[in-house]
Formats: sequence, structure tokens, C-alpha cells
Amino acid sequence: MSDFRFDPRKWLLRVLSPLDGPLALIVLAIIGFSAVVMVSASPERLDTLALNIGVAMVVMWVAASIPPQRMMTIALPLYVLGVVLLIGVALFGDVSKGARRWLNIGVARIQPSELMKIAMPLMLAWYFQSREGMLRVRDFFIAAGLLLVPVGLIAKQPDLGTAILVAAAGFYVLFFAGLTWRLILPVALVGVVGIASIVAMGDTICKPDVEWPGLREYQKHRVCTLLDPTSDPLGKGFHIIQSTIAIGSGGAVGKGWGNGTQTHLDFLPERHTDFIFAVLTEEFGLAGAAVLVVLYILLIFRGLFIAAGAPTLFSRLLAGALTLIFFTYAFVNMGMVSGILPVVGVPLPFVSYGGTALVTLCLGIGMLMSIQRHRRRVGT
Amino acid sequence: MSPVRTPEQELARFRGRLAVAGVVALVCFGLLVARFFYLQVLRYDYYSTRAEDNRISLVPIVPNRGLITDRNGTVLARNYSAYTLEITPSKVADLEATIEALSKLVDILPKDRKRLKKLMDESKSFESLPIRNRLTDEEVARFIAQRYRFPGVELKARLFRDYPMGSFASHVIGYIGRINDRDLERIEENEDTANYRGTDHIGKAGLEKSYERELHGVTGFEEVEVDSGGRAVRALRRTPAVPGNNLILTVDLKLQEIAEKAFGNRRGALVAIEPGSGGVLALVSVPTFDPNLFVDGIAPQDWDELNNSPNHPMVNRALNGAYPPGSTFKPFMALAALMTGKRTPGQAIADPGYFDFGGHHFRDDKVGGHGMVDMYRSIVHSCDTYYYKLANDMGIDLIAQSIGQFGFGSRTGIDIEGESSGVLPSPEWKKRRFKKPEQQKWFGGETISIGIGQGYNSYTMLQLAHATATVAAGGVMFKPHLVKYIENAKDGSRRMIEPQPIKTIPIKPEHVETIRRSMVGVNREGTGTRAFAGAGYVAAGKTGTAQVFSLKGGKYSSRIAERLRDHALYIAFAPADKPTIALAVLVENGGFGAESAAPIARQVLDYYLLGKLPAGVAPEDPGAEGSTGDGAGE
Repeated sequence: MSDFRFDPRKWLLRVLSPLDGPLALIVLAIIGFSAVVMVSASPERLDTLALNIGVAMVVMWVAASIPPQRMMTIALPLYVLGVVLLIGVALFGDVSKGARRWLNIGVARIQPSELMKIAMPLMLAWYFQSREGMLRVRDFFIAAGLLLVPVGLIAKQPDLGTAILVAAAGFYVLFFAGLTWRLILPVALVGVVGIASIVAMGDTICKPDVEWPGLREYQKHRVCTLLDPTSDPLGKGFHIIQSTIAIGSGGAVGKGWGNGTQTHLDFLPERHTDFIFAVLTEEFGLAGAAVLVVLYILLIFRGLFIAAGAPTLFSRLLAGALTLIFFTYAFVNMGMVSGILPVVGVPLPFVSYGGTALVTLCLGIGMLMSIQRHRRRVGT
Repeated sequence: MSPVRTPEQELARFRGRLAVAGVVALVCFGLLVARFFYLQVLRYDYYSTRAEDNRISLVPIVPNRGLITDRNGTVLARNYSAYTLEITPSKVADLEATIEALSKLVDILPKDRKRLKKLMDESKSFESLPIRNRLTDEEVARFIAQRYRFPGVELKARLFRDYPMGSFASHVIGYIGRINDRDLERIEENEDTANYRGTDHIGKAGLEKSYERELHGVTGFEEVEVDSGGRAVRALRRTPAVPGNNLILTVDLKLQEIAEKAFGNRRGALVAIEPGSGGVLALVSVPTFDPNLFVDGIAPQDWDELNNSPNHPMVNRALNGAYPPGSTFKPFMALAALMTGKRTPGQAIADPGYFDFGGHHFRDDKVGGHGMVDMYRSIVHSCDTYYYKLANDMGIDLIAQSIGQFGFGSRTGIDIEGESSGVLPSPEWKKRRFKKPEQQKWFGGETISIGIGQGYNSYTMLQLAHATATVAAGGVMFKPHLVKYIENAKDGSRRMIEPQPIKTIPIKPEHVETIRRSMVGVNREGTGTRAFAGAGYVAAGKTGTAQVFSLKGGKYSSRIAERLRDHALYIAFAPADKPTIALAVLVENGGFGAESAAPIARQVLDYYLLGKLPAGVAPEDPGAEGSTGDGAGE
């Protein structure tokens, strides 16, 4: 007790104590892989990448140090702030690339929809926690309402990619809170049938004069491009064609680090952001892709394990939803780059270059770590 | 769902759903891996072939950059097509040997090698970089015959920018140069990346920079099949580029040329503005530079020469140089006095040749004074004492407020970048400018020299010409602009830059008339008489001399180092009754305004109003003015 000598080992252990070992190792492994790819894809961005990683690690550590009870108290204010900012964007936002997504708050431009990716599951988890033990069907409708307001605002910007991610985040909470299969299954069935019919009738509905109800021209364009990339070789179709060639030509073990011709001859679009996965697979082949997929599976199973052991309804729901968000990011991004999902602006978690996304993701990881540390044995 | 469940049931259901989620995730990832397997193993040969041998490449078609011409159609910036030899370092095994072999076919100067080296440091190895520009037809033929020997070396037809007028108006036109990292950042910020694919050059200065958006045009694309070496095999589809718009300026190049030549090899600036529209007729900053040097990366030797010259040719003195206006400030002070009711035109003072304030002796340039001085005489004879007193009576706040109305101390908003705002002195400005409290205090004595355009006063020639034009237009202020209209290069349709009245300063016509009459008097019986003797028109003017160095009571002589001599200034508008041109001239270290600045204005006005070309250099008369002491009057 009275030993004041500085012991570096003890000190290090204390600093690291909020972190969850397995999660931290997995995330660091993915980020390390990302840095290796970035050296090849966009070496001039390494400095900023290092800075982004540093900031994200600090954010992760801080989030890991906040107990879940504290998180509950900020859920509602954060959600309200997010919705207010989204309304602000709708009224005063900066327009860029034909969409109104950014809000200029004097010191910086912020993208409130990014905040919603975390605020949404927090809010819904908090809501279900507050209704614990007296949950009615009505509550699911209220929760759905809380979900649809921000999703609608984001979709109107228009930013369909983010809207889908936020909607997914909210849906996962509903799902884990016990949304009845009788509702989930029919919707899933309609979705599958819908997608199947779009694929089947692609030729007819993609004619230029056919309008799609509720969707914008560019959104229709993306889906149609996916069905037939050659219909738009100059625009998004070009992206898909080129990234598919990059992946395919990588073969089993890849062309080698720094030797990706698709990458280095400028055929690959956005090679350091959304399409970085194509660089990775071109240079490291199926082997590299498999390593990354395994790392993601480990991450997700660790997350689900943490959710299973979480003590309160709030932390269970939050942990489950956050984990599935990582899954969604990874799946949607790899799916779009390899040409089985439409091109929506979703980054590859911990790999794509971009400070905001990395910070958001590490914030989520930090929350998972905090939940894991504050678990207690759940009696059976 | 049933409303009531035990916590155990809840937990069990939750874990069940986690298991479902886990399975779904595994299935989805399995799907992805299957897709990768399909692409990378089953279809490997197909994709590998597509990547290696035959690929469809999008080749950007760079749009023609818009032309720049003066108001009469004289071309100031244009493009011409020529062949350039480009090399891709990563595709060449031995760069030195290749260049050596190439130099047997085409001339490659040490300058070209140096530039390639510099470009290689700045770019990635797989970029294609020019080794030799503007090949002759014979060189082109020689290279084509031997082309097979040089993989990684390509002949490209490209457009080059050319400034046929050389160094004339170079500060207005500016220049383009190769895109660097800073430019790239700006392009990315503006989300123009796609439009700049294939573009190597971007406006770096002057109108080329300020009107980059108009001049650049929209990049087109050609879909081509290329072989493994990246060479185009055949074109498949083509989306043509939209050429950039042409700029037609308000500037009259002949006027600009006469003005630039009138400076000889002195340094200085001149701005001439059309009072009724704000159109800039000439914007001179001398010495100038040859913008052609910059187009393909300036040679280090040329750059050093420009950069290290004591005359600083790269500085745009008209826009960016701020100078004390000296006595050219007096008409504006007089107008401010009339507007604020601090003076009437007839109100006269007895000038003893000095003004005492707080134990300090402010001298007039004329020993013994000018006698009885009213407003007219104060401007015609440039009486300092009148303005010392006036400044003291008005006080600094009123001066700053009323002088500020003429645009002094604020950017005019001209359509070219790099404008300085100058300094309109006031106690608030001093507080902002200085950090230490003892420096922040405004002293009454400082107000006195403000009255004669000295002290902290510091304005650009653009501001001075702008203010003169505003007075000439009876108080209506127009936004100065260099571009008259923007022409669509394809269909010839024009977008006029309409004269934009910024505001109308509430001045009574009789007050403007007093100033106009006084300024006409300057050229008729005052300090501008000699320079404007025999002019075939009536010009209103005012000379000025701005102190660079205090002579501490000594006599002004040619022994004083040239760099310490006063700046010479002159402002004018003409014809006095219906002004079509207003101008401000500055000759750095030119001595007296009447002597060196006014004759330049005379040549410009002679040409503009009478079409007369300058016959020779105006005769000099060193006895016209004298200057001593703290005040530098005329």
C-alpha cells in the first residue's frame, strides 16, 4: 500500500486494464493489414493514417473506460442531439455532390448521420432497458418510430448507404429485444422475392423511361449498374468492372505487394477508401481475402460472446447490435466491391482510409470492451 | 409474443437470437468467400487475361483551355498544338541510357534533363512525364521511325499555352503551371478530381487562376482498348470534351502597353478604371515577367533570376503593394470635410508654413507658407498646413469613418486574387495591429500626418484609382472588374459581367463640383501644370509624394540613395466634365509626383482620349516642387 515506486509493468497493466485483450488484438491485426495495403495503394496518406489511428485508439480507450451505466445516461441526449443536427442539415446543410450531408458549425464541417450510427443503437437499447419487464407490442412500434425519424432524414439527404446502415443498427436492437419472427420472416421473404424479381426482370425495369417509386434516379442507376455493369462503363459500372478484374486477376495468392497493375495503373477508383478491398485482393489474392474474412469472423464472434455474457438488457442489446453493425459494414463493402451488392458508400471497417469512420468504429469497439469488463456472472 | 416472461426465458431467447445472428454472419461471409473463389480461382484465367493483355481504358480528353483577349480582341493567352515526348520511368529499365539514346534522335538539353529530374521527384514512377516539349516535325518523324526501340517512351500531341504578348499585362493574365500537391488538394476539396483527370496544368496566378473554372472546360472521355504496354489499340466510344470559356477583358492592351512603356525601367504601378462601369482599362505593375517561362515548369535559373531580383518583378504592385497616398489623399480629405460640414469651400486659413501640435512642429513644404488658403488653393498648391488643421478639427474617428466610405482600407472585390486591403488608420486598427498596450494607444499627433496622406495611411493603387473613379462618377461606386464578358467557345454566346453599383455615397453634387474644379486647377495652375501643358482635353488631377525616409530637415538631393527616395504619385480623371477614365499612378522612389508620375498619366490619357501615341519622354523640371521636414507635400 505504501509502495510509491514507479513500476512500469504495473502501470502498463493499469493503463491497458479497460481494454479487452482478444478484441484489441483482432482490431490491431486488421489495422496493421490495412496499413500494409495502404503503403501500396496510397503511400502519401500514411502520415494522416497514423494520426487517424492514434486518435481512434484514444477514442477506443476512453469509450472502454466509460461504464455501461454512464452510457445509458447519454443515450437520450445523444439521440436528441443527432436528430436536431439532422434537421439542421436538412435546413442549412452544405450541398456537395448533389446531396446535403454536411453541417457547417463554424469550426468544422460535421456529418451528423455518422453520429447516428452509434446514437441509434444506444437510444433503442436504452428504451428497451427502461421498459424491461413490462414490454408490450406497443413498445416495438414506438421503437420503430424512434428509428424511422432519423433514417428518413438521412435517406432524404439523400444518403441511402448511411440510411441503410442506421436502419440496420436499429433493427438489430429490435431483433435482439425479441421482435417476433412472425414479423421478421414475411418481411425477409418479401425482400428475397423482391430482389429475385429485380434480378430476373432487370432488362425491362432498367429501361431509361421507367421510374422507380420512392427512389432517386441515381439509386435506380446503381442497382441497374450492378445487374449489368456494362450498361455504364464510364461511371459506377466502370468501378465495378475494374474492381472485379482486380479481384479476379489476383488469383489464389495475389500479384504481390505493390505489384497490383489495376491499382497502380489507375484503373481502380477510390482505391484508398471504399475500394481498398480490391487492392488487397489484387495483391494478396484469395489468401489475403481469407485472412481478412477470418479476422472479421473472429471479431464478430468475440462480440457475440460479449453480448451473451452481458449482465443487463441494455448492455446485451447494445453489444449485440454493435457487433452486427461491424458485420454489416464488412459484408456490404466486400459485397459491393466484388460485384454482388450495389455500390453504396460503405467503408471496409478498420481498413478503408477515413478518419470519421475509423473513429466511429473504434468508439463501438470501446463500448463493447466496456460491456465486457463490467459483466458479472449471470446466475442460471 | 407473450407479455410476461421470466428473466431466464428472456436470456435464453436472447442467446438463441445471438446464435441465429452468428449463423447468418457465417453464411454471408461464406457467400463472399465463394464469390472470391469464383472470381479468383475459377475465372482467374479470364480476369488475369483482361488485366494483363487487353483492357478497356478510359482515356480522358483534355478540353481546350479558353482564350483570353483584351477588349479589342487582341489575343493575350491562347493554345497551340505540338508534340511532346513523354517517358514513364517505371517502364524504362535504364533511364540514363534511354535518354542518351533519345538524344541522338531529338535535341535534349541539360535544361530538359534537369526538369525531368525535378518532375520525377514530385511524381510517382508510373506517371508519364515530359522529357522534351514542342518537337519539330523532323524530330517527330525520326522518333516514329525508331519508336520500337523505346518502350515506355511515348509521343503525345498536346496543347500548349502561349502568351503571345510576352511580358505585357503579365500581372493581369497570370500564368498556368503544372498541378502540384497544393493544387491537387484544392481540386479534391472542390470535388473536381474527375474533371482534372488528364489535365496537367492549372491557373497559378492572375486571371488564369481566378477564372480557372471558366477557362478549364469539361473533360471528355474516350473508351479505348489498350495492349499490355498501355498503348491504345483502337477507340470504342467517345464523349467529347467541352472547351473552356473565353475571357474578354475590359483591359485595353494598347493602353496597357503605353502605360508599361511609360515607366521605362522604373518600378511602379498604374490602375485605370472606367468610372461608369468599374471596368479596369489598365492594371500595370512594373517590372513585369514573361509568363511563358512558367508554363512547363520554370527552369531553376530563370526562377532564381526573377526571385532574387531587387526589383521583385513577381510582386503585383497594383494589387498587393500598399503605399502611403501622400498628397493624392487631399481631395478625399477635402470631400470628407465638405460632407461632414467641417469646412465650406470658401472658408480660408492663414498659412504660416507650419502647424504646431503638442509641442511638435509640423512643417509645410513651402517655407513661410502659402498665405490665405481656401479649399481650392489647398488642393491646387497642395498646402499641408490646411490639412494638418483639418485633420485635427475632424479627429481620427471621423476621418476613418468618412474616408472609409470611398473604399480605402478595404478590398475592392476585383475579380482577381491577391488583393491587399491596405490600412485605413484608426484607434481600432491600432488596437488590432499592435500587441503591447503602450503601442495600442492612439496619439493626437498621429492624426495630424494622416491628414496629408502620411503616417499609417497605406493603400493599393487599385483602391486609389477606385476611389478616384467613384468621385469622378459623382459618388456611385462600381465593383472593379477585369473581365468584360465570358464567351462560350462553342456557340459564341456571351455572359456579360454587368457593371455592379456597390453603393452610392451620399455626396452633394456641388461638393463633387468643388473638388472637380480644384483638381482641374491642379493641372491648370498648380502642381500638374507642366505635365498637362497643351493637353487637348481638361483633366482633373492631383500630384502626391509619399515619404519613404525622413530627411530630418535636410535638403532633398540626388545623393540620397535611390531606394530611400520618396514615391511619386498621381491621380486623375478625364475629361473633367464627363469622365470616361480615372487612374492612379505610382512610381516607386520616383521623387516628386508632378515630375515622374504625372507625365505617365498624361501619356495614358492622351492615348485613351485622343488616340495619340507617345512621342517621347516628357521633359523634366527639377524645380517644380520641394519637400522638407515631417510632411511631404507638394
